[in-house]
Amino acid sequence: MYELTDVRKSFRRGEATVQALDGVDLTIDKGDFLAVQGPTGQGKSTLLLLLGGLDRPSSGSVGFEGRDLAKLSEAELAGLRASEFGFVFQTFNLIPTLTAQENVETALVPTSVPVHERHDLALAMLDELGLADRATHLPSELSGGQQQRVAIARALVKKPRVLLADEPTGNLDEKMRDEIIGLLEQLWVERGLTLVVVTHDSAVARRATRLAVIENGRIRESEPSGQVPVSS
Amino acid sequence: MYFTYIRRELRRRLKQSLVIAFGLAIGIALVITVSSASAGVKSAQRQVLHSLYGVGTDMTVTKSATRNQAGPQRFGGFGAAPRSQSGGARHLSRNVLHTSFGSSTLPASDVAKVGSLSGVAAASGGLVLTNTSFSGVIPSGNSRGSGGFGAPSGTTRPSFSLDSFTVDGIEIGENAVGPLTRSQVTSGSYFSADDSSAKVAIVSKTYARQHSLKVGSKVVVAGEKLDVVGLANVSSGAAEVYVPLATAQKLANLEGKITTVFVSVSSASKVSSVASKVKAALPSATVSTSADLAKRVSGALSSASSLTDSLGRWLSIAALAVAFLVAGLLMVAAVSRRVREFGTLKALGWRTRRVVAQVVGEGLALGLLGGLAGIVLGVAAAAAISAAAPSLTATVGSTFATGGGGFGGFGGNGPAGGARPFGGAQDVLVHLTAPLQAHTILIALLLAVAGGLVAGGFGAWRAARLRPADALRSVG
Repeated sequence: MYELTDVRKSFRRGEATVQALDGVDLTIDKGDFLAVQGPTGQGKSTLLLLLGGLDRPSSGSVGFEGRDLAKLSEAELAGLRASEFGFVFQTFNLIPTLTAQENVETALVPTSVPVHERHDLALAMLDELGLADRATHLPSELSGGQQQRVAIARALVKKPRVLLADEPTGNLDEKMRDEIIGLLEQLWVERGLTLVVVTHDSAVARRATRLAVIENGRIRESEPSGQVPVSS
Repeated sequence: MYFTYIRRELRRRLKQSLVIAFGLAIGIALVITVSSASAGVKSAQRQVLHSLYGVGTDMTVTKSATRNQAGPQRFGGFGAAPRSQSGGARHLSRNVLHTSFGSSTLPASDVAKVGSLSGVAAASGGLVLTNTSFSGVIPSGNSRGSGGFGAPSGTTRPSFSLDSFTVDGIEIGENAVGPLTRSQVTSGSYFSADDSSAKVAIVSKTYARQHSLKVGSKVVVAGEKLDVVGLANVSSGAAEVYVPLATAQKLANLEGKITTVFVSVSSASKVSSVASKVKAALPSATVSTSADLAKRVSGALSSASSLTDSLGRWLSIAALAVAFLVAGLLMVAAVSRRVREFGTLKALGWRTRRVVAQVVGEGLALGLLGGLAGIVLGVAAAAAISAAAPSLTATVGSTFATGGGGFGGFGGNGPAGGARPFGGAQDVLVHLTAPLQAHTILIALLLAVAGGLVAGGFGAWRAARLRPADALRSVG
């Protein structure tokens, strides 16, 4: 599904130039559950942004289904983000002024789903994740775990083929962490997603089928240990 | 989703939203107030001009007295005044109807000459006169004759009184143009066709009140008693008594003469060209349009006009500019704080233009809110001015305004409508209002929309430039 070839990414931070990725080669197949691990500031999030078409590499190619994301126009990338990629963030990134249901609906705005259907689809997605009774609550009225589930609902309501999660359990306690990662695993199996999770948490990384470790802007694959498949 | 998002977002930053809306409201309220006050001042100026011209008059044709002309009819001196004698004292009295000092007459045939010019809708002749009455007592034993005022001790001191009022002789036909219209007569009746040379008069309500006159009373003009047939509502600068033209000509010994041709033009755009034609037809006459007269208006009204036109306008522009700038900067700041939010929306597939539309929508909503508040404030301020109706005086320039030699020079621009008593400047009292006009409200709304677009535009520019990657790059 993904074919990254000699991907480099650098950006300026004040006076200094940061080399986030320095020649990354990576293949991600359809249906993979890949965990990307590494210390802070090593380029994990940058890799995720490149996979989601939210950033362009300084050099190299990011192939997705035979198309180089680096060469696509902004409109084409927006189209892919609207239909193919779902994102989950560490800080949930819910719109604070919109209810849980409205937040989920924001993912359907750029799609061709008619307005009157968005409402029902959003509610159904929340219901699937056990949040139907929280549909009219604002993010400030939800717990961390509930907010992250709303974010996952938002990511999946448009039925993407790829789910990109950046430290999805980073802001959660241990119990919530297990709950959320378990939920992601379940959805990965049920929906046949290609799941890429960026994490610094080994407990999360162990749940993946593949593990890539980023160090100094370069990637190496490792064997995840103790992966427990979730029965469908 | 679009409107819900806008509404919730503006409520979330309520304080900032109110600051932006309030700033815009002040600017727009100022625009409405200044525009309305300016319209009120112009209306007051028209009132001033109408009080001298008459409603429907676009220009007047007059003639100034030249240095060598007799000028106004002379008062005749004391020697010509009727005298009576009693107990040794001499009583003098004189009642004269005369043209104003500094003005001369035109032949009545000039009316037809002007009326025949193309572009002229109507032309009427008029006599602008002053009735002056003098009475006095010269005690006996005074050897200095008519010029003497000294009295030996122990005898009666001389005493004199001088009184005057303005009289306009007007044409009374159906198509007559001039300083008095039928609709201004609020008591009694206007002149009938049979009154063309009758001894009748219409008196201003103010003059009637001051002299206890009513319909049916007698008013003495040039020593003749005239029947008061009507009372008229006229402004403070207008004449006090109106008589048919032929009657005025007879009383003033000015048969076949007029002081003024009142002209109505068929179209406002033709005033200038018609004025030129009249000037060519009557080279020795002075043609004054309302524009000419407006230049000679001074006094509090003139100051108010300058105030609204210059200071008022610039104040409004400055207030609006500051409001737009503050609104724009606040919107940029707000967008900067929502970088992660907009980055997330782009991650969900929102196109930049959709994000921009959201920000512009927020700006527009604030603009409309500020506009509505501004309209309410502006309307209230204009209503307050109209309710207070402050009095302003307008002084219309004197006959010596263009001095062809100071006191003795009468050449050049004479006064429109003939100068009033003794050739001095004329004071007209008007009440300032601030009428609201539909186009002012429309302009206010457009400014509100513009303000919203400017504010939203600033924010949208910031939103369009932000890179979602920078917004979403997690730290830690």
